[in-house]
Amino acid sequence: MKSNPKFGVVVFPGSNCDHDTYYALKKILKSNVVFLWHKQTDIDDCDVIILPGGFSYGDYLRTGSIAKFSPIMNEVIRFATKGGYVFGICNGFQILLEAGLLPGIMVKNESLNFVCKDVYLSVENKQTAFTKGINDKNLLKIPIAHGDGNYFADEDTLKSLQDNHQIVFKYCSHEGKIDDEFNPNGSVLNIAGIINKNGNVFGMMPHPERSSDPVLGKTDGSLIFKSLANYILN
Amino acid sequence: MFKAKVLIKRRPTILDPQGKAAEIGAKNLGLSNIKNTRIDKYIEFEVDTNDKKSAENEVNDYCKKLLANPIMEDFEFTLEEVK
Repeated sequence: MKSNPKFGVVVFPGSNCDHDTYYALKKILKSNVVFLWHKQTDIDDCDVIILPGGFSYGDYLRTGSIAKFSPIMNEVIRFATKGGYVFGICNGFQILLEAGLLPGIMVKNESLNFVCKDVYLSVENKQTAFTKGINDKNLLKIPIAHGDGNYFADEDTLKSLQDNHQIVFKYCSHEGKIDDEFNPNGSVLNIAGIINKNGNVFGMMPHPERSSDPVLGKTDGSLIFKSLANYILN
Repeated sequence: MFKAKVLIKRRPTILDPQGKAAEIGAKNLGLSNIKNTRIDKYIEFEVDTNDKKSAENEVNDYCKKLLANPIMEDFEFTLEEVK
């Protein structure tokens, strides 16, 4: 058994949450973590690949659409197909959608504004590797920061997501009420995070790395990283 | 060589927030009859081959795999021979 899972944080041109994610994993969770340059063609024996937030390739064309052709993505797709854990945060989530590792697409926020604020997430599925360790909490407070977080999928895809319990997080009020009023970007069904059918590829728009260090006054994000690390260890 | 002109349109059932915002501007301008504004993408490039069939295939691939996302967009293109 491994003593500690190894995390790899992919750095694309335009990634800007790579260092925050590295910091959260290294300093807060005391995990083994390395950066992976997007031109690499191997993933350095990592147990988890994280696609971090940012604006890969300047968000040109569509968010994530050009990053999916970075050399490392062939390996990330192969790793995911073999059952390896891949975690996309914000722009990383957008890349997973463009790469077809998760269903659906992100479009511009309904308000047209870039939205940067703390939001509450209702934990809809606690049986995933990413959420099993959340235990008694049903709500997480984690910040969002995006202009294109308006999740869209056709009706068949949404039905399949629901039938297979793939919707992991939904935007809600501080009391857990899921409603349009608490939807920051217009996402269909208030979707904030989804997982693939096999349970190894997960994407979410909010930034858990920005709510991991107690110095910042909120630590709910660290529960997701901890959950995954513990799941792999056990 | 061919000149390709590609039009990428968001599916009609999908909200176009930019079109919606432009319409607010139209209202502010006093243009009260404007409706259903859609802001799409128009892309031009050259294809360096003399074989029309292979140019078509390449443009089709470019559109399908990169320029458009088939989940939310449809595309159409024309090819015109240039010297």
